[in-house]
Amino acid sequence: MSDHNQDPNYDATHKSQLEGVDTSNKNLQNIGVELLSVHTDGTVHAKRMSGRFRTIKWIVAALWLSFFIGPYLQWDGRQAILFDLVNRQFHIFGLTILPQDIWVLAMMLLFAALALAATTAVAGRLWCGYACFQTVWMDVFTWLEEKFEGSPKKRERLEEQPWNWEKLRKKLPKWAAWSVIGFMTGFSFVAYFDPALDLWARLFSFEWTTTETVIILGLSAATVFFAGFLREQVCIGFCPYARIQGAMIDTETVVPTYDVDRGEPRGRMRRPKPGEEAPELGDCIDCNLCVAVCPTGVDIRKGQQFGCITCGLCIDACDSVMEKIKKPKGLIRYASLAEFAGKPFKPFYKRPRVLVYSSIMSLAAIAMIWGLMTMSPIDVKVLHERAPLFVQMSDGSIQNKYYAKVVNKSDRLLEAKITVDGPESMVYIVDEQINVVPGTVGTATLLVRIPKEDIEQTNTPIDIKVQDLNNPQVYETYESMFISP
Amino acid sequence: MAQHNPWPDEGNTGHIWDEDLRELDNPPPLWWMLAFYAGFVMIVFYALYYPTIPWTNSHYEGMSGWTQVEEYKEDYQVLKDWRDQKFAQEEEQLAALPLKEIIENDELRTYAVKTSKVLFGDYCAACHGAGGQGNPNFPVLADDDWLWGGKVNQIYTAIEKGRIGNMPARGMMGNLNDQEVEQVADYVIALSNGNGDDPSVSAGKAVYQKGMCLACHGPQGKPLAPNGATNLTDQIWRFSGERDEVIKTIKYGVMVKKDGELIENTRQAVMPAFAERLPDADVNMKRLAVYVHSLGGGQ
Repeated sequence: MSDHNQDPNYDATHKSQLEGVDTSNKNLQNIGVELLSVHTDGTVHAKRMSGRFRTIKWIVAALWLSFFIGPYLQWDGRQAILFDLVNRQFHIFGLTILPQDIWVLAMMLLFAALALAATTAVAGRLWCGYACFQTVWMDVFTWLEEKFEGSPKKRERLEEQPWNWEKLRKKLPKWAAWSVIGFMTGFSFVAYFDPALDLWARLFSFEWTTTETVIILGLSAATVFFAGFLREQVCIGFCPYARIQGAMIDTETVVPTYDVDRGEPRGRMRRPKPGEEAPELGDCIDCNLCVAVCPTGVDIRKGQQFGCITCGLCIDACDSVMEKIKKPKGLIRYASLAEFAGKPFKPFYKRPRVLVYSSIMSLAAIAMIWGLMTMSPIDVKVLHERAPLFVQMSDGSIQNKYYAKVVNKSDRLLEAKITVDGPESMVYIVDEQINVVPGTVGTATLLVRIPKEDIEQTNTPIDIKVQDLNNPQVYETYESMFISP
Repeated sequence: MAQHNPWPDEGNTGHIWDEDLRELDNPPPLWWMLAFYAGFVMIVFYALYYPTIPWTNSHYEGMSGWTQVEEYKEDYQVLKDWRDQKFAQEEEQLAALPLKEIIENDELRTYAVKTSKVLFGDYCAACHGAGGQGNPNFPVLADDDWLWGGKVNQIYTAIEKGRIGNMPARGMMGNLNDQEVEQVADYVIALSNGNGDDPSVSAGKAVYQKGMCLACHGPQGKPLAPNGATNLTDQIWRFSGERDEVIKTIKYGVMVKKDGELIENTRQAVMPAFAERLPDADVNMKRLAVYVHSLGGGQ
C-alpha cells in the first residue's frame, strides 16, 4: 500500500485498472482524485446578480405564493382545499376523498416521486435548484437579508463584528421579517387542516388548542431556523435527496458543467511584458464569480458534486463575464458528460432510464385520472341474506333478501332510489327512497321475487342500481346473484 | 497504513490507503455538536418521564404514568358514553311509542332490527331457525304466509300470548273414513297447485264440504280472516305437502287430545307465550315483532 514510489519494479508490474478504460468523464479525469470541498467555514453570503436562470428561479418561486393563498379559496360555502383529519375527509375543490379512495392520493405520490426521478435523469436536480421549498425560502430569506444588511461584503464584515447594540439593531429588523414569513408558513400549513378563517378568528381570541399552537409555532421556528440559519447546510448535511442524486443522474444527464477543455489552463488575462511570450490560457479568467454567486458555496469548476443543487446561477455569472471579455457564452453550461466525451446527443426517447421513469409516471397518471373520473360520490355494496338464502313464497315465487349498503361520500344529504334489473317476471320491494347522511353508510333492505317457473338456474345474475334522485347521472350498479333451490 | 504521513498538517487521522486516499478529521460546527449532546440529555428526561425500562417481570412506569392502553381506554370511553346515551334514547322511544310509529320511523326500526338478532337467536331461532327460515314442522317467518296475520301488531300478539294450533282429526265432526281422508288430501294438493276445480278431485271437493273443513279453511280453501288455519290455495305447507303427510295431518289433526293427553301421531303446533319468558318483555316483544315483521313477509 505504501511507498510504491520507492519500489523500482512498481511501474512495470502495477498498472492502474483505470488505464485504457473510457470513463466518459473528462471532468473527473482532469480533477484526479482531489476531494471535492464543501463550504464549511461560516455562512455562505452569495452575491446576487440578474440573468436568465435568476429569472427562471423567481418565476418558479412565485408559484409557492399559491401555498399561502390556498387556504382562503372557497368552494361551495367551505374551504376549497381542506384535509379534514377529524372527519376523515379530504376536500379538494368539488372533490371529496374518503378513506376508501385514498389510493388515488397514493397514485399522486407515486407520480410525484417518479416525476422527481425523471426530471433528475433528464436535467439533474431541477427540483433542488428551482422548486424545493428549502431553496426558495432560503432565496427569499437571503434576499431580505441583503435588503436589511447590504451586500455580501458588508454582511461578512457585520458577522465579524463583536456583538453589540449596533449589530443587534441591524439584525433585529431582518429577524422580524423572517419571523413574519416563518409564522405565515406554519400558519398556512396548518390552515390546510383547520379552516383558515376560523383559525385566524381563534388566534385573536387566544383559543388555539395546544396541538395547533405547538405545530404552528414549531413550524414557524423551524422555517426561520432552516431557511435563515441552516441554509445550504440542509442541502449538504440533512437532505437525503442530495445523496441519492448520484444514482439518479448518468452520463447523459445535462447539469451545469464547467467546460474544462475550453477553460483550462485558467488564468488572469494580462498584457505580456516586452520580450515575454503571452501564456497559453483557456477561457476561464479565474475571476471566481461562479463561486461567489453559488448559494451553497461550491466551485463548479471542480466538476459535478453533491453540494451543487444545479440552480444555474453560476451559468448566469459566467455568461456575464464571457460577454464582457467578448468570448462565446457557455463556458459553464447545461451539458452532459457524454457531450464532453464527444458522444452524440441521445434524445430522451432513446434513454431507457427516462423511458422507464416516464412510463411508470404515465401509469400512475392514468390510474389517478381513471380514479378521479370514476370516483363516484356514492359507493354501493350489496349483501345477500344467508339465513335463509331463499324463501318459498305463497304465490309460488322464490324470494331473496338483500341489504344494500350505500356510502355517501359527498357532503350533502343523499336521497337515492334503488332499482333492480333482472328477469322480466322479477318483482322487487324496496323503500321508495333511501336517505344517507354525508360520510355515513345507509342500509336498505331489498326483497326480490322471481316466479319459480321462470328460474332456469340456481344462480340468476341481477343488477342492483342505486341512483341519486337529485343528480340522476350519479349512480352505481352492483352485480349480485339471485339464488334459488 | 502509511508508515509516514506525507500530509502532516492537513489534520488527517493518519489512516491512508492507496497512497493518497486519507481520512480527514473535520469536526462539525460547535452548535451542531451541542444539539447532538442536547439529544442525549433529552433522552434522559424522556426515559424518566415515560415508561421505558423493562424489568424482568414488570417495567419502569415512568413519572408520567402514561400508558398506551390507558389512553386507548379514555378514547374508547368517550365513544362508549356517546353510544350509551344514543342507545338509551332509542330504548326510551321504543318503550314509549306504539308499534305502528316505530315501524314507520326509519331510525327506530333499524335500531329495533339490529338489536334483535341476539334476542331472536336466544328465544326464537331454536324452532324458527336463524333468520326465520323455519324448520320441518315449524313455521317459516321469512315468507309471506301468516297463520295468525302478518301485521306487526298481530305478530306482537303472537309473541306476547303465544299461539296454539288446532285441527280436529278426520274433519270437524271426526266422521271421515279413510277413503274420504285420501280423497280430501288429493283435493287439497290439487288446490295448492291451482287445480281445485279439476273433475278428478270432485269427490274430494265434496268431502271438503261434508267434513266442514271450510269452517276454518274457508269456502275456497282460503281462510276469510287470519284464524290459525292454513291457506290451502298457496304453495306453502304448514307441515308437508307429501301426500302421505297430508293424509296423516287430516287423519290425526293438530293438537288433538283425548282424556287430556295428546293422541298418537297428532301434529304439534305450540308457540309459547313470551310475555313472562322474555327479560324486559315490554320493550323486547316490540323489538322482536318489528324484527320478525322485517324478515321478508311482513304486511
